[in-house]
Amino acid sequence: MSTTGLPFPGLRSGVELVPTTDQPQTGKDFTSDQEVRWCPGCGDYAVLKAVQGFLPDLGLRRENIVFVSGIGCSSRFPYYLDTYGMHSIHGRAPSIATGIATAREDLSVWVVTGDGDALSIGGNHLIHALRRNVNMTILLFNNRIYGLTKGQYSPTSETGKITKSTPMGSLDHPFNPVSLALGAEATFVARTIDSDRKHLTTVLSAAAAHRGTSLVEIYQNCPIFNDGAFDAIKDNDTKADAIIPLVHGEPIVFGNGAKGLVRDSETGGVKIVAVADVGDDAILVHDAHNPDPTTAFAISRLTDAGYLNQSPIGIFRQVERPTYDDQAREQVRVARGSAPGLQAVVDGGGDVWTVDS
Amino acid sequence: MTVETPKPVEQLERVVIRFAGDSGDGMQLTGDRFTQETAVFGNDLSTLPSFPAEIRAPAGTIPGVSSFQLHFASRDILTPGDHPHVLVAMNPAALRANVADLRPGATIIVDTHDFTARNLAKAGYDANPLDDGSLDDFTVHAIDLTGIAVAATSEFGLSRKDAARSKNMLALGLLSWMYGRPVEGTLSHLASKFAGRPSVRDANIAALRAGWNFGETTEAFAVRYEVEPAAAAPGRYRNVTGNTALSYGILAAGDRSGLPVFLGAYPITPASDVLHELSRHKGLGVTTFQAEDEIAGIGAALGAAYAGVLGVTITSGPGIALKSEAIGLAVMLELPLVVVDVQRGGPSTGLPTKTEQADLLQAMYGRNGEAPLPIVAPRSPGDCFDAALEAARIAITYRTPVMLLSDGYLANGSEPWRIPEIAALPRIEPAFATGPNRRVVEKDGSLSDVFWPYLRDESTLARPWAPPGVAGLEHRIGGIEKAGHAENGTGDISYDPANHDRMVRLRQAKVDAVAESVAGVEVDDPSGRARLLMVGWGSTYGPIGAGVRRVRDLGHDVAQVHLRHLNPFPTNLGEVLRRYDKVLVPEMNLGQLSLLLRAKYLVDAQPLTSVRGMPFGAEEMERLILDALADLGERPHRSTTLAHVRRLDLQEAGK
Repeated sequence: MSTTGLPFPGLRSGVELVPTTDQPQTGKDFTSDQEVRWCPGCGDYAVLKAVQGFLPDLGLRRENIVFVSGIGCSSRFPYYLDTYGMHSIHGRAPSIATGIATAREDLSVWVVTGDGDALSIGGNHLIHALRRNVNMTILLFNNRIYGLTKGQYSPTSETGKITKSTPMGSLDHPFNPVSLALGAEATFVARTIDSDRKHLTTVLSAAAAHRGTSLVEIYQNCPIFNDGAFDAIKDNDTKADAIIPLVHGEPIVFGNGAKGLVRDSETGGVKIVAVADVGDDAILVHDAHNPDPTTAFAISRLTDAGYLNQSPIGIFRQVERPTYDDQAREQVRVARGSAPGLQAVVDGGGDVWTVDS
Repeated sequence: MTVETPKPVEQLERVVIRFAGDSGDGMQLTGDRFTQETAVFGNDLSTLPSFPAEIRAPAGTIPGVSSFQLHFASRDILTPGDHPHVLVAMNPAALRANVADLRPGATIIVDTHDFTARNLAKAGYDANPLDDGSLDDFTVHAIDLTGIAVAATSEFGLSRKDAARSKNMLALGLLSWMYGRPVEGTLSHLASKFAGRPSVRDANIAALRAGWNFGETTEAFAVRYEVEPAAAAPGRYRNVTGNTALSYGILAAGDRSGLPVFLGAYPITPASDVLHELSRHKGLGVTTFQAEDEIAGIGAALGAAYAGVLGVTITSGPGIALKSEAIGLAVMLELPLVVVDVQRGGPSTGLPTKTEQADLLQAMYGRNGEAPLPIVAPRSPGDCFDAALEAARIAITYRTPVMLLSDGYLANGSEPWRIPEIAALPRIEPAFATGPNRRVVEKDGSLSDVFWPYLRDESTLARPWAPPGVAGLEHRIGGIEKAGHAENGTGDISYDPANHDRMVRLRQAKVDAVAESVAGVEVDDPSGRARLLMVGWGSTYGPIGAGVRRVRDLGHDVAQVHLRHLNPFPTNLGEVLRRYDKVLVPEMNLGQLSLLLRAKYLVDAQPLTSVRGMPFGAEEMERLILDALADLGERPHRSTTLAHVRRLDLQEAGK
């Protein structure tokens, strides 16, 4: 991938140091010999297909791609891709990926996680990866439920969720993954939908090209334990009013052009208005490259916390900040220049004495 | 400063000095500098720093007392000493907290400056111990060290408070004079430490000189003492703490394996100094990652190991509990990883700054499922170097996490260390996988060469280490049970009952196979007639060895074995244990090694336990050994013992 497709001319791509190949690749090259064992109708299939279809476009050498996952349905993902992969432990994939990405600049590192894995047991690792800006791409499959443990509510489930562990309804307020990532000052934050392959691929391409931690929340339907959670944004009759599409440099309008976002002087946030009432010029133009995450955060708040009838979709934020791993390697490189050898270190600076034979 | 002096000089074989003061009095620095001076002089030495877990407990109180004990001698020694011959007490609390450890005849040097009614009360004294006769058994030098320090530094324009802070250097100067220590190293240390603050530097140097001159001129100190250098093997020496030596061992493992070092760690006492030390050596290709928590520390180290570098994580006490799940993953992934546990008093937060050996069973068994891993332990501060190197050798050779069990006593204690020649150390061969390792028959009958990530080496049972970046070796590994044996080394997920049974046994067999690469235990039994065997591990080496020597000096036979490898045990251990009528295992826990020995070898190994946060004393060990010998019907008994102890003490005190 060249830097020409990047929003910041001159900025290094997320995969710039990863060896490329001239050999043509297809999705089949990235398909392992393992039988895929998700439930019929699971949204994970669509994401797997999209990733297998999109990876060849990166033109990277397959052996320089690593997928790391935690625990959960989506975390089986690495087994199905014929790259290097590690299926690790619950919630810890970002920390393992941090070690991989910092040790090796020549690898394209991907984390596959879910709403329970990333936001509950692994919440701490997620926010710290985001603030450090380690060069990796995190795919957060959000089905708003615990699937692998058979249907308990998750940290993104709406309050009042009736499940086996919450027969009288869940009590906790849900996380909004995008708001959380923006709060942690992530440099790349996006949201997409499992069933929209074109949008998914576009977002993943931008995420891979981004140097730093990219967080992509993927709305993913669980047909067994939370079926229909995203129907409003998938149904052809309702999705025009449910999806607020975010495109950098474009006015934020939806509802077939009838609705749009404007700044809300009362709250300091943004609000939805009828375009006809305010005029085209008043509509907020999306600026994903704004160094200040305030507006992106305000937009993220338009996501329904309860049943999802409305959600902004697209790249919320895409800004430049030095990555942890690049800087860590740079410190080693600079230190090497003036370093004494190991023998000199072990010998110590002074206070050394010799015993003669 | 020269050693020339008109005062008479007495020869001593060994001296134990304890510097004690308030946490803010600089006692650790004072002890460290006296140690460096003593090391350079050529004495053998052993140190025991002791400090509160609080950074600054209330000034002048007993909980706020910080101390540093140093034992130095003209022969080789093994412990920091049981009873100080000299106590330097910078305030009433320091005196009160330490005076009970002194034997009659010991010398006490007291800074009288803080012996005010208020400070005496803070320390819990009803009367001033300097006047009430309670110190009559000791030689007391009551001196206004602070006052002298303030006067000596008056020309440097410091505030009175800052000037008073140089009192520790005054004490150091006085003690350096008393024992003929070279102070050049301290002078250059002060010059570099305070390079940016010339007035502080000059005041400290002036205080150091004033202390020396005070000893030389005042009539209170009638004699100086001399402790001749100890005989030692030829070579270049320096003084090291266990944590420094351990850090160097990790660096050496990186050098000898040709692998960059990646340390993932979260700060925790007393392991943090390893993080600090390694962070200073990025120039040697070391990456240090201060993680958000203990779990991320080991997670990143394991990720780095997967990526093909030497992954290391360090922690202590509760940290090892947090890392347990990731250690289990490392067992399952079969990747090299060095896990350092600098043990401290537990359970839970326990005693963060005190020592203990109570994590052995956690290291052995503290994971879900059958998750065996090799365990090694250093026996002395300098030995931490060799133990770290050995841990890395096993980890890399056998593709396994290895637990290195140091402890707080080793970590902060120090001893003279013969500097190794790094280039002469054995190489460690990472032997990365480079291509396909198996020919298989495809469904259509054709043959193809594939890579099986779990195809094992026949002798070590280690699997290939195949970091990303090599075409054709793409593979997936994970924490789920997998097929990983000679007939199916694909690493593919397997829930087959027979496969799981086989894999559990294979992982155990691989760890057991480490014993094949380890020499048998050496038994120290000079006469060959001993009926009693002392078995130890880790930092009890010094006290056990010192106790054994004392008992042998009395004409008894006693044998000693000290274990470097706790899992697997050396192959000859069972045979050695069965050779003796009685086996005693001194441990700073409630009998963890003895439990393992009894379980594995069906021998009546008996624990001798102590969990006071402090190492065993040499005298205590002597008594325990003599009691055991008495049980075996060997004489003389306790009465003779106590007389002997008293005689030794008198000798040591120079009486």
